[in-house]
Amino acid sequence: MSEPTTTTVEVNGSPCRVWTKGSGPKLGVLAGFGGLPRWIPFLDELAKARTVIVPSLPGYPGGALGHTTLDTHLDWLLAVRQLLDKAGLAGADLLGASVGGSFAAEMAAVFPGTVRKLALIAPFGLFDEADPAADPWAQRRDNVPALMCADPSKWEALVAPPEGANSIEWPIEMVRAAEAAARAFWPLGNTKLEKRLPLIEAPTLVLWGEADRVLPPSYAKKFATAINGAARTQTIPDAGHLAYLDQPEAVAKAVLGHLG
Amino acid sequence: MKLMWFHLMPYTELPDDFNKKHPSVWVDIHSSLFDPRRAHHMYNDFMDELEYAAECGFDAICVNEHHSNGYGLMPSPNLIASSLARRTTDTALCVMGNSLALYNPPTRVAEEFAMIDCISGGRLIAGFPVGSPMDTCYAYGQNPSLLRERYYEAHDLVKRAWTEKDTFAFSGRFNQQRYVNIWPRPIQNDPHPPIWIPGGGSIETWRWCAEMDYVYCYLSYYGYKAGLHTMQGFWKEMEKLGKDRNPYRAGFLQFVGVAESRQQALDLYTEPAEYFYGRCLHVDARFALPPGYTTEATQRAGIEGMMAKAANVANPATKAALKATNMKDIVDGGYVLIGSPDEVIEQIRHVGTSLNVGHLMLLLQYGNMSKDTTKYNTRLFAEKVMPHVKDLFSGWEDKWWPKPMARSQRAAVPGFRPQTVAAE
Repeated sequence: MSEPTTTTVEVNGSPCRVWTKGSGPKLGVLAGFGGLPRWIPFLDELAKARTVIVPSLPGYPGGALGHTTLDTHLDWLLAVRQLLDKAGLAGADLLGASVGGSFAAEMAAVFPGTVRKLALIAPFGLFDEADPAADPWAQRRDNVPALMCADPSKWEALVAPPEGANSIEWPIEMVRAAEAAARAFWPLGNTKLEKRLPLIEAPTLVLWGEADRVLPPSYAKKFATAINGAARTQTIPDAGHLAYLDQPEAVAKAVLGHLG
Repeated sequence: MKLMWFHLMPYTELPDDFNKKHPSVWVDIHSSLFDPRRAHHMYNDFMDELEYAAECGFDAICVNEHHSNGYGLMPSPNLIASSLARRTTDTALCVMGNSLALYNPPTRVAEEFAMIDCISGGRLIAGFPVGSPMDTCYAYGQNPSLLRERYYEAHDLVKRAWTEKDTFAFSGRFNQQRYVNIWPRPIQNDPHPPIWIPGGGSIETWRWCAEMDYVYCYLSYYGYKAGLHTMQGFWKEMEKLGKDRNPYRAGFLQFVGVAESRQQALDLYTEPAEYFYGRCLHVDARFALPPGYTTEATQRAGIEGMMAKAANVANPATKAALKATNMKDIVDGGYVLIGSPDEVIEQIRHVGTSLNVGHLMLLLQYGNMSKDTTKYNTRLFAEKVMPHVKDLFSGWEDKWWPKPMARSQRAAVPGFRPQTVAAE
């Protein structure tokens, strides 16, 4: 597994890390809850067929303190738009998962020219009182791994401090990622995205981990129905909320199949 | 030293098996446990107790704000304070306080506090807590990542609303108001009612209190031993900032149970103390740390281990770890001071001098303590302890105490006399 190249772009004066790996048409990836404190096998799967470009959202690992100036949902959307532009992703295919999935959908809705084909993995943005999402910010620490992944060790591996990590700053960065998600999606994850889904014309694949304990898999259909462009859903077996951690190959295969 | 009588207003009839059957006293405590007809009596008992404390000569009576909370039945402390304003005459009214970011617009706080100040003739102490995670982020749905910024902005707005003479427009990051012009306005207008800040042990809060010249209050339930490091940290920071050691810059909360003897105190106060530390502090850990609530600087200090020295209970998760629930540990830990009047005098003087705290907020009612026991504790403290500790810090001026209207200028409030029923 070779290393990606790392560059930095600035959004609102704050640095955001951009990873790039592979060759072929560009595919942007906006990661889910917790962000990407480290490179993961899923991205290698995608890089086999695509130039994978992974910008860090403000506040997530690699995204410094950029979230602290984002007060409104519009602030967030404009920041993500700038991030995509500066990462060279304007007009490219876009994949987003969880919190990143919500922003990917927003980009396709609000800035239609920005996204060619769209792939979403269990995106935030909706809330159904009859089938409520779990509260990811009110969890005892030991419950979090099994909430995020069907195989809790996958989450633990994501957030484990690497050798040589700063033992003070690493845990603070992990909390910051949860804070950045909270800043945009507290308290219910409901950004009223449903109002904007009908603006999405891009062909869209909606993937959902069969064992998602954060967002009910029933939400997949709500997305597919509301999106105006061709949209279909697909369930990933043996996968939780962060399906790309649980089943990197199956998710990558589905995404690449959709993008063609 | 100022001796202030604080009520949390705990629900006194949580069942014996509460901790086994219920995950949390706070946020999602079950409605079936609340009997409004019993609460009618609790509220009236509690208000009787506060009024009694005023009669007994305490310098202030104190109330606070909690939401969805089985040990704090005051979502609106202002309602209680306004009633107390009519039923007391000279005692300061300490509302400790209103969680500014929860009010929309925050000028509501400026208005209601001004009302209390007017009704009471200028006896208000205005407390401005950020508020606990359970109250603010969970019960009230506030965004933990924005809470502090909203709090500071609301503070600026309230202060301007109190002090600016002309109607003004406020164009803030979170609040936009074209016409800010509160009516009524506080009696204490030179420049505004005293502002006190209850906080954890963060250095940012200490610095802010120093900069604004506010009283910093450390309201821990874990007593003077656990609070020592925090208060030492506070005074060290004041020294760094070139502030004097005026003990009236600080407030501190302490549970006390006084009786004729130590044994009698144990007999009287063990049950209510164990009820409080057992049932009332049974808070689900999942509500302790919403991400963003604790600043990164404070997290950093905590991880570096400074918190253990400077403010070991700044974060609620640490608090939970400290928790003792049996009377021996509660007393040994200094959570509750107990003893004969002489023993309590000695301990209170020790608390005052070791923490250098001029405003001692006393919890003399806690847990399921009955009204009779509460009044006994209150009276004995007032008669046998207070006279022997009041002299502490007499060399210092309390610049942060309310300045009411002269007594002769204040309205006479007649006692309420219900109409007698003529039927008999």
